[in-house]
Amino acid sequence: MMDLFAYGDAGWGDEILRGLGMTVRLALVTLPVGLGIGFAIAFASMARNPALRALGVGYTTLMRGLPEILTLFVVYNGAGLALNAAMGWIAPGAGPVDFSPFAAGVVALGMVFGAFAAEVIRGAFAALDPGQIEAGLAVGMRRGQIFWRIKLPQIWRFALPGLGNLWINLLKDTALVSIIALDDLMRMTKVAVGVTKQPFTFYLVACLIYWALCLMSEVVLARLERRANRGVRGLGA
Amino acid sequence: MTPPIVSPTGAAPEIIVQADDIRKSFGQIEVLKGVSLQARNHDVISILGASGSGKSTFLRCLNFLETPSSGRVTVHGQEIVVRNGRPQDPRQVERLRTRLGMVFQQFNLWSHRTVLENVMEGPVLVKRLPRAEARDKAEALLLRVGLGERMQMYPAQLSGGQQQRVAIARALAMEPDAILFDEPTSALDPELVGEVLKVMQSLAEEGRTMIVVTHEMAFAREVSTRVVFLHEGRVAEQGPPEQMFTDPQSDAFRRFIAKIR
Amino acid sequence: MNPIAILLDNGPRLWDGALMTLQLTGLGALIAAAVSPWLALWRAYGHPLAQAPLRLYISFIRGTPILAQLFLVYYGAGQFRAELTSLGLWGFFRDPFNCALLVFAANSTAYQTEILRGGIQGVPRGEIEAARAIGMGRALLLRRVIFPHAYRIAWPALGNEAILLMKASALASVVTVFELMGRTRQVFSRSFDFSVYLWAALIYLAITAAFVVIWRIAERRLSRHLAARAKGAHP
Repeated sequence: MMDLFAYGDAGWGDEILRGLGMTVRLALVTLPVGLGIGFAIAFASMARNPALRALGVGYTTLMRGLPEILTLFVVYNGAGLALNAAMGWIAPGAGPVDFSPFAAGVVALGMVFGAFAAEVIRGAFAALDPGQIEAGLAVGMRRGQIFWRIKLPQIWRFALPGLGNLWINLLKDTALVSIIALDDLMRMTKVAVGVTKQPFTFYLVACLIYWALCLMSEVVLARLERRANRGVRGLGA
Repeated sequence: MTPPIVSPTGAAPEIIVQADDIRKSFGQIEVLKGVSLQARNHDVISILGASGSGKSTFLRCLNFLETPSSGRVTVHGQEIVVRNGRPQDPRQVERLRTRLGMVFQQFNLWSHRTVLENVMEGPVLVKRLPRAEARDKAEALLLRVGLGERMQMYPAQLSGGQQQRVAIARALAMEPDAILFDEPTSALDPELVGEVLKVMQSLAEEGRTMIVVTHEMAFAREVSTRVVFLHEGRVAEQGPPEQMFTDPQSDAFRRFIAKIR
Repeated sequence: MNPIAILLDNGPRLWDGALMTLQLTGLGALIAAAVSPWLALWRAYGHPLAQAPLRLYISFIRGTPILAQLFLVYYGAGQFRAELTSLGLWGFFRDPFNCALLVFAANSTAYQTEILRGGIQGVPRGEIEAARAIGMGRALLLRRVIFPHAYRIAWPALGNEAILLMKASALASVVTVFELMGRTRQVFSRSFDFSVYLWAALIYLAITAAFVVIWRIAERRLSRHLAARAKGAHP
């Protein structure tokens, strides 16, 4: 049993660890992309311009209503087709090129994360105490200064629990990229299953690893939340 | 208009804030129906009135946290021009705000910054003071309001009275020409009111110009140089406190002080 | 890309898939709805130690990808083929539909339990005390006071959970269940016509939109007493 997960040629420990590395890397690269999209969409849906607002609301409604796996295929196949069409036009006869599964994963998961994050961020801005902003106005701060010095540092307190949940969902959603052949934890597990014919053992181990990742994330998130809440009565500090 | 208080040398001190015929409506409701006020250097003006009389709205019109629907606000002889319901030059409003400090009913200390950072923030960010200099000044001000021990704490770790004293230090740090107080003791537990009033009194004694919306009759009567009584969006009566409290002229103010006692 | 031709050629296939999606989601949600009230009571009132296995189950479901759970059940069952056969269960686990349904029901049960627990704990203490004061027994109290109130509180969150489950059901395509996503991938792999994805997206959105409307109507009925109070119809 233990040698199944040994390190090196004999066991699958190193392969699975490599897959885990890919899973974590994918999630970590997607996070800033998703946050960027989230902020952009949140600002759009809070904008004065009705067209921008419609864009923001439309995007969140659309992305939140679609299965993540459909989004992934749309991005992967769609981008692949577009890329090949472009290549055929630029360099005819170069043969088909593949859109990297990693990039497709980052884009698709980032788009999904962004849609949910936009709602969280919008809610956080709405939850800000207007008095905090007035105090900034009263000392003569500009809009930009108020945004960077008061609003942005304060929204984390309201946004962190929601964003934390989204991070955990993101970690789990990375498993989807195994379907488009990225060598993540899920896919390396599948490879091991194909050879060893012990599906239950290996998928259970994969589940336990994801579970551990999520539990560790929760610990870190709880610490971050305590930090964000310092200076707020009754909530840490 | 009351006659300005004449200084011993005979010349009236310069006018710092002047508001002429300020009106303000929210939707259909006209909260201010033409209020005028003149604050000269060293004036301590108490604005009294029942809740809903428009006194807080008027104060907020002076530094454009609310934009007056009509009327004129002049600070140091500079008029703030309003076009289409907004100040024409936002930079001018920002400059005005650096010259008029404000202390809020709910303190509004920035909850994510320490006491010291709260006081330094304005000078560093808006007045571009070097950090070291801003820190020295902030520390001196915090010592002065009796909070030298608590500079590294967060606002939530302080009592309401302490928070309000930090807020006063934050306003002072901008070296304003006048300070606006919006019911500074109304959110405080009764036993904490005194420490804030004491700080305010000491500011008055050193000749700071103050415009104070308040319910503290003792402060209005003993500390302020002039009392303005707002009733239903208008100035119903104003004058030196001693005269107003002993011999009220308007029915509205008579009823008001009768109810307070 | 030829969206019209794709729809004409594959309309029935997509329709089949959509029905399968509804079936998977509906059955999964219903099974979970039947189990979760009991588990929610366990979570709300159970002894902390007795709750431990339930908490562990919920934490596991929340902490692992549904895809991994699906593989664990569907492929994992193969490792115990002999044992399952002797128990007469192999026929069940051999069918990917059953495995998918089992996983979705288990998932939704975990989430619905937590949502309902929140609802139960959100029932105002005063209402419970008032019911006790007029002599209501435990069963009656649960049936007439606590659960009606808890469901009213939990209703919007339960609706969200149903939509999440519908989206998750698309994963069944990976273990060869031909629901909407499975049909869509099948059509794409034959035609390489990208527009089939757009049709699938449209159908998913239509299902979600229809569900949201139905859920809102139901919510209005559930909270009629609140609307009446707001209008002042019953002084």
